[in-house]
Amino acid sequence: MPLRETAPKLSPEQYEKNFAEITPVMTPRQAAIEADRCLYCFDAPCTAACPTHIDVPAFIKKISTGNLRGSAREILSANILGHSCGRVCPTEVLCEGACVMHEKAELPIEIGRLQRHAVDYVLANKIQLFQPGLANGKRVACIGAGPASLACAAELAKLGFEVTVFDRNELPGGLNTYGIAAYKTRAADSLREADLVKQLGVKFRQKTEIGRDISFQNLENDFDEIFIGVGLGETWDLNLPGENLHGVYGAMEFIETTKLRPFHEVEVGRRIACIGAGNTAIDVVTAARRLGAEIVYLIYRRGEHEMPAFAYEYQLAKQDGVSFLWQTQPVRILGEKGLVAGLECVRTHLGLPDEKGRRSPIPLPGTEFKIEVEMVVRAVGQRPATDFLRAIKGLELNRDGTVRIDAQYRTGNPKYFAGGDCTNGGKEVVDAVAEGMAAARAIAASLNH
Amino acid sequence: MADLTVKFAGITSPNPFWLASGPPSNTGDQVARAFDAGWGGAVWKTIGEAIVNTSSRYGAIDLEGVKMMGFNNIELISDRPTETNFREISEVKKRYPQNLVIASLMVESKRESWHEMVHRAEGAGSDALELNFGCPHGMSERGMGSAVGQVPEYTEMITSWVKEVARVPVIVKLTPNVTSVSHIAAAAERGGADAVSLINTINSLMSVDLDNFSPAPNVGGKSTHGGYCGPAVKPIALHLLSTVAKNVRIPISGIGGIGHWNDAAEHIALGASTVQVCTAAMHYGFRIVEDMIDGLSEYMDAHGFRSIEDFRGRAVPNVTDWGELDLNYKVIAEIDPKLCIGCQLCYIACEDGAHQAIAPWRPEPSASHANGKQATHVANIGEGNGAAKTNGEGFSVHVPRILEEECVGCNLCALVCPVDGCITMRQIHTDRAPMSWNDRTRNQSKECAPPTSTTD
Repeated sequence: MPLRETAPKLSPEQYEKNFAEITPVMTPRQAAIEADRCLYCFDAPCTAACPTHIDVPAFIKKISTGNLRGSAREILSANILGHSCGRVCPTEVLCEGACVMHEKAELPIEIGRLQRHAVDYVLANKIQLFQPGLANGKRVACIGAGPASLACAAELAKLGFEVTVFDRNELPGGLNTYGIAAYKTRAADSLREADLVKQLGVKFRQKTEIGRDISFQNLENDFDEIFIGVGLGETWDLNLPGENLHGVYGAMEFIETTKLRPFHEVEVGRRIACIGAGNTAIDVVTAARRLGAEIVYLIYRRGEHEMPAFAYEYQLAKQDGVSFLWQTQPVRILGEKGLVAGLECVRTHLGLPDEKGRRSPIPLPGTEFKIEVEMVVRAVGQRPATDFLRAIKGLELNRDGTVRIDAQYRTGNPKYFAGGDCTNGGKEVVDAVAEGMAAARAIAASLNH
Repeated sequence: MADLTVKFAGITSPNPFWLASGPPSNTGDQVARAFDAGWGGAVWKTIGEAIVNTSSRYGAIDLEGVKMMGFNNIELISDRPTETNFREISEVKKRYPQNLVIASLMVESKRESWHEMVHRAEGAGSDALELNFGCPHGMSERGMGSAVGQVPEYTEMITSWVKEVARVPVIVKLTPNVTSVSHIAAAAERGGADAVSLINTINSLMSVDLDNFSPAPNVGGKSTHGGYCGPAVKPIALHLLSTVAKNVRIPISGIGGIGHWNDAAEHIALGASTVQVCTAAMHYGFRIVEDMIDGLSEYMDAHGFRSIEDFRGRAVPNVTDWGELDLNYKVIAEIDPKLCIGCQLCYIACEDGAHQAIAPWRPEPSASHANGKQATHVANIGEGNGAAKTNGEGFSVHVPRILEEECVGCNLCALVCPVDGCITMRQIHTDRAPMSWNDRTRNQSKECAPPTSTTD
């Protein structure tokens, strides 16, 4: 069923231009100059700021000496997903935010781009940097093929474990493949990265859902330990009238289509409202604009200062010509013949801070207004994969639905470890990698005990 | 405004900036363009017997993105017929009577050959002659260039042959590829030289291609030692200049690593009357002389120097023997926490490379020094406010701390610090009177009989 009105199709060239990589690759000369700018700090704050603690000055120094293989090895041994992290990390609040150059009133070193420069080199030249460890006869299953699971699997394989990744999606990579704006990283980039993990001897069983295709009992019998890296579940509902109309999408569902289908096949309304103001909402509104949507509203109950998206992301949306409706709350989705036709909203004012310190929005009666849109995208965060998690015996969940783990990443069921979004509630790719690697080391320690 | 005119061995240059003998002064057309750009003089590319050059000829090393930090060449003297060179000298002199054209000469070591060359150079209108006793490659293997300049007796002999017939000033160009350049300078002075110029290029092998193992500059997979020059050689040039300035009475033309007016001013402060430039002109063209003139003039105005002579040689008396240095002069490093960016390069340099006198930043208040020395407290920003410094993005800035008791005042931290003015060397006033090693050994030999020396 089509939308009431769709955005005009663009030329193939225009789509490619709109979704071209937002941070262009560096030429060798640019990389050399930027690498030489790095001061090679001792006990560097950039390294401390990185959740995976990549030795940033060391890998940058290696770029400046022309040792790109060594540089990539330095990066990938600390973070096997260094390829995607170099593209999608919010570096301005991590390594580049900590760069001492800020104190010198100079631009921080472009650590993310330099990281890509080194890793792109080994991927483009198909250089295999790592070998599986000497087989120790132990078997580990990783559930999910997103960043946490891939990092855990790679680390275990290097330590000599026989690792199998079980994933319900057709392709590995998790959100890196399915859920990050195409102008930051393409699905193909994420798949090349999964290949690095495959090169370590990790087996992948895609389109395989544990609890449906394979029972938990069988899995527990076949493997010594199990790592849960399933991330989060579906986008939260808005619980508004009209939510079941055609033209209402979840944010992840919408982004996924932009990643896996040719751009001209992605269904997008001429006018769109996106509810929510996190980084995922930014991915939605920028993608919509770049697909040709003419009017794109970002609707948020609180104000500009309360928006959870990073400043850099907000800037992107502004540059893309998105209309921001601050202190605006959706009331009902308006339909016509089963299709989205508009959105009724109400203005809010901000009350007292809630337990997280954010001021609560309170609707202002009498300020209701309607906007005409053909598409509404929910971007109010993802809920935990509760149904799946509840099926595992002994697993304890926190109040917010995340998996409870101890300091060794072990869950309430001692056979299961967990890390990534399913335990932290949804953080950056690099956090999931750090947790996956730490969990791998904990698993190794527990089995060697 | 300062007067940049220089009187040099009886000739007058509109300013102290000359093109050194080399590729930029190869033709009349180039020299004319150089004079149009503002160069006061040009030492013509060395004129001599017919030669054949190689391809390629130049090599360079870059440093962290800066191109041609050091440069070398295996090019020989002018490959043009001598009559062409002399004709063009004559034409340039007619067009630019105020600018100096100095003919650089190199011929086989025969009295008659030198006499003939001097006559021809003077006949062309050269304002002075520069004897190339320094070229370190190619020509030296044929008994010319540095083969002459490395032997005081040859230097003196050939200089005296030239002086037998020369009517214009004779400058002897010195090679640095000797044990003591001042010996050679003194030999030139004995031979009657009116001036010396230094340094010629330094023997060097530029680099090796690690894929095909060809040294650079590559001539069909092989190479040879060439003459090293460019910004990297200035400290060597300044040292040799200072030793010559202390040991000869004749004027000096300073050469080596001059790319800016301040390099030139340093040469002048160490005794040079004029300076010669080649690599910088090869890198950026003749236009660089504009700021050399402008910058030097501004500097002189700012310091109240009306002429070059007002500050020429001012630094020479300050270059002394180690034994005369004051051992009671004491400085220690000081970090300005407001300027510190937290790179901790000073810490690691001092810890690994010098004297273990800096405590690193530590998050815990009870920090212990990596070397076992106890850091008394964590470096804090400001006076006693106890607050950690954070950058604009909210990350803490790791300000290290000088252990004053351990600091020997070596300068290393201040040299590695990437922030201008952040680490300064503060003078500590000791109560002790100045005392040098020489003072100390003199006093000891007076007080106690022969100094004990059992270890050498």
